[in-house]
Parts: sequence; C-alpha cells; structure tokens
Amino acid sequence: MSEMSPVLTKLKQRFPGDVVSTSSWRGDDTAVIKREAITRVLEFCKNDPDLAFNFLMDLSAVDYLTYPKAQPARFAVAYHLYSLSKNQRVRLKVFANANEEIETACPLWKSANWMEREVYDQYGLTFKNHPNLKRILNHQEFVGHPLRKDYPMRKRQPLGSVDSLMDEMEKRLKAKGLRY
Amino acid sequence: MKAADDKKMTAAAEPELTGTVPGPEDFYQDLHTDLMFLNYGPSHPATHGTLRSLLALDGETIVSAVGEIGYLHRGFEKSVEHKTYNKVIPYTDRLNYCSAILNNIGYTKAVERMLDIEIPDRTKFIRVIVGELSRMIDHLVCIGPQFVDMGALTNLWYVFNEREKVYDVLDKLTGARLTNSYCRVGGLYRDFYDGCEKDILQVVKGIEDAIGEVEKLTAKNRIVIDRTVGICPVSAEDAISYGFTGPTLRASGVNYDIRKAQPYYYYDTFDWEVPVGTQGDTWDRIYVRFYEIRESAKIIRQAIKNLPGGPIWTEDKRVKLPEKQDTYQNIEGLINHFKLIFEGTRVPAGEIYDASEAANGELGFYITSDGSGYPYRVRVRPPCFMNFAAFPEIIEGFMIADATVTLGSLNIIAGELDR
Repeated sequence: MSEMSPVLTKLKQRFPGDVVSTSSWRGDDTAVIKREAITRVLEFCKNDPDLAFNFLMDLSAVDYLTYPKAQPARFAVAYHLYSLSKNQRVRLKVFANANEEIETACPLWKSANWMEREVYDQYGLTFKNHPNLKRILNHQEFVGHPLRKDYPMRKRQPLGSVDSLMDEMEKRLKAKGLRY
Repeated sequence: MKAADDKKMTAAAEPELTGTVPGPEDFYQDLHTDLMFLNYGPSHPATHGTLRSLLALDGETIVSAVGEIGYLHRGFEKSVEHKTYNKVIPYTDRLNYCSAILNNIGYTKAVERMLDIEIPDRTKFIRVIVGELSRMIDHLVCIGPQFVDMGALTNLWYVFNEREKVYDVLDKLTGARLTNSYCRVGGLYRDFYDGCEKDILQVVKGIEDAIGEVEKLTAKNRIVIDRTVGICPVSAEDAISYGFTGPTLRASGVNYDIRKAQPYYYYDTFDWEVPVGTQGDTWDRIYVRFYEIRESAKIIRQAIKNLPGGPIWTEDKRVKLPEKQDTYQNIEGLINHFKLIFEGTRVPAGEIYDASEAANGELGFYITSDGSGYPYRVRVRPPCFMNFAAFPEIIEGFMIADATVTLGSLNIIAGELDR
C-alpha cells in the first residue's frame, strides 16, 4: 500500500471527518465511512464528475462476531460501486451494531431496495427510511437472522403461512392514487 | 351513485317502447370495474421457475404489480461458510444451473485472486472455451422457451436439440451434464480429451445453424414483432439504476461487458464485439442474445485455434494436490494431500469483490477470509436478483401476456435468484 488510489485520495480530501480509514488489497480499494455520513458520501460518489459511480453493483453485509481480528463493530455493510465512464470500482464500508440504523440508499439507486431488504432479512440490520423493509429470501414467520454467526447452521423452523403480498400492493396502489 | 345505478338497471330491465337503444358506453358504465388481483406464479407454467408476482388487473392490463422471491432459497451463503474453498465449487454449480461452468469460473477466479495465483495459459484458454460454450447454451435456454411462450413451439426443438449435443460434449469432458464442477482453485478437474476441440467446433457450428433457422422463422414474424417490439421498455438510465448487467443492460443501449471493460483470461486479445440494443424492449432483450451467441462462437474458434499446450495446474503448492505417486509413496506428499483435503487451502486474511461476466450479467463474489481454509463469508451478487427486482415495475401498464414474454426475456434463473 505504497500510494493511495485517486478515488480514495479524493474521498479523503472531500470528507476528512467522515472517512475513518482507507485500504487497498489485491487491487480492491476500500474506504470505511462513518455510519451517519454514508448517504452524503454515496451521493457524492454518484454525482461527482471525477468519480461518477453510477452503478450500485452490490450491497451486502458481514458479521464479524467470530472474526479473529477485532473490528470497530459487529456488522459491516459493504457498498460496491462501479463507474461506467471511469471503469473503476470502490468499496465503501459502514460498521454498525445490531441496534444501529443505517440510512437507506434507495433514493439514489433503485437496486438498493431489494438488496437492503436482503441485508435486513439475513442480518437484522435496519435501514432508516426504507420504503418497504420486510424479509425477502426467508419466510415471513422466520425467527432470527440466518447469516449471523450465532445462528446455528442446522436449525430448522416449521413455517406454514402464505404471504398475501397485499401490504406491499396497498402501498403501491396508494402511491399510484388507485383504490380497490 | 349506487342508487342512480340501481335505478338505471331497473329502468333498463323494463321493456322500453320509446327512446334510444342503449349503446356500448352505457353498458360499460354499469359494469363492475373493480381491480382484480391475480397471483402470477410461483408454480405457473409461464413463470419458468419459482417466481411469484401479485398483479392488480384492470381487465387484462396490469395496473400494479409486486413480486415475491425466496421459494428456492436454500442458504447457499450460510452453507459455504462451513466448507473448504474447494468444496464450495459444487455449490456454485447450483446458482445458475443453466451455465454451471461460468459460476465455477467466477468463483475460482475470485479465490485465485485472493491467493495471488497465476494459472497457466492453457487453463485460461480452456476456461474461456467451455465458459463461452456455457454462455451459448444459457442463451439457448432463454431463447427457446421464450418463443414457446409466444406459441412458436418449433423453435424450442431447434435450439434444444443443439443444447443436448453440447451437454453430451460437457458430459464427456467433465463427467456431468448440468452441474459440471469443472474448475478447481488453481486449475481444472481434467484436461481436454483427444478430439474435444473437434467436438466443440462441431456443436458450435450446430448452434449457429440452429439460431440462424430460428432467426429466419421469427425475426420477420408478425406475431413475434407485435408481441415484443415496444413491450416493457427499460431506458438506459433506469437499467443502470436497477443494477441491470449483461444482456438486459446491453439491450437498453449501455455498452458494458466485463470481458471488455476489465478483461480477464485474454478476452481483450480475441477479435469480437459487444452487441448493444437501442430500445431496451423485449425484442432487444431477446435478439441481443442471438448476436452474443455468434460473438461467443467467434471467441471459441479463436481460442481453439490458439490453444496453448502445457500443464493445466499451477505449480503453487498451496492449492495443487501432489502427484498420486508422491501421496502414496512418501510421507511429505501424504501430509500435503491430507492437509489440502481436510484443512483446505489457507487463503490470506482479507476481502475482495471479484466480478466476471456470467450469461445473465455481472456475477460477483464478495469473499471475506479470516486466514483459515474455510471462507469466513461468501456473498454472491446474482445478476438475476436485480432483474427480477425491476420486473414488477417494468410490466406495469402492459398486459398479462406481455408480462410472460418480458419475464422470459429477463431470463430469471431461480437457483441464482434465491441462492
């Protein structure tokens, strides 16, 4: 890590107080961002002409409960951005504990909607102002968050009911000004 | 309003001797026009795979839609945390099971980058050849049933015949038809058998002929044109915001292919082009795949022509199993073999996101390692997930029959969607 990549340098210059640390490994650039600042950093990454990260390629989380090296918090949410015009990638990470909310990225990218739902479902992290934060891969009656390290791999739960989806449908119809 | 209607109804029921005959407008005014809700899937023949949408219908027009997934969720990401790096490969087969080898490549490429291993050129070329072959059959799976949904059954037989022949070759090469598990971290399961190149060139020719026939049958067909042109278009801006990648993104006119943008395995040295659509409608999403099949054929021909000799395994002892005679006849070889199988390859602690161009778009692996032989966390970025997230929104305003062809053109593979 002799010299810092231009993207990380730019982020550090623009947000000296919000970028906690930066690192590069195997060609991947990572910037750890303060939890409260993630929206403005993401917005800057998307709209700044030098960065132009127009894709939110991936949004996922890691549970560091049993990780050998101590981390700032139990969970980390990782945003993988890609810039089509600059052909470059960056990873932004936000550390959070289970009870701490993270601001949603839905207003910036439509793809954030389902990916944030997945993180909520699998890790139990909540996203503030998310339009429809409910489980996505697991069943609605499911108890717990399976990708947490303390969830036993072989645990089974009997699940039976059917999600009518009418809660989502009602929201959607309301947004369109329709009644049924 | 209600009382007035009732009055009208009773008035209409009585025989009228004078006045005008009620026209169609009067008829529709009295008709009950509440929205109707319809569950489209999860086990409907037109929703290839376990996909569910709830549609609010006004007549046959979809006014609003929401989707639900998870019917095929089997905990891929949780399961693989309890496997050594090499044991994850069969799990990756079951992501996009229509092109298993492309998933193998995506995963092994990511782990090799973490280990900082350079694989031999022959392995890279073989991965390109079988990978492109997998891409071709994956696109055939999209194209064939797509036309069945429109009532053109013949086309399915044309393309699936050829797909079957590809499976025969893959069967001979890898020992399995669908779930090949062909790649290994640092190498391949086995080298090409004698005459494999000839077999591959033959099936590639077969596929090209088949899609040529299908194109002749469909591209100027009035029904196909009416049912796909201008149906459920996605603008370039929306496609980027939805996180579309692969053929669905390129159909919207965005030229992004990882094989060109961030070339791996000498993709930049082959002579081929990225087909791009203009409208982003269902027509573009289907026909961009025809062109991609032809480009894949071009790549395969060039790769076979320039296929280098040499070993298929890296010499790196961290991943390569010792020769069998060493395993059986000297203690170091035995220990090496035992540790690699039972403890797994130790990958240095760190995290990477590695993307490769799978048949449906960017297949990303975000792997976190704690330095042991087991991955600490493997996140798969499945291209289908973003496509299906957009599906309920893009079908709004169109009809049920349009939703069916649009779903086919997005080529959602449930194994990858739900993991």
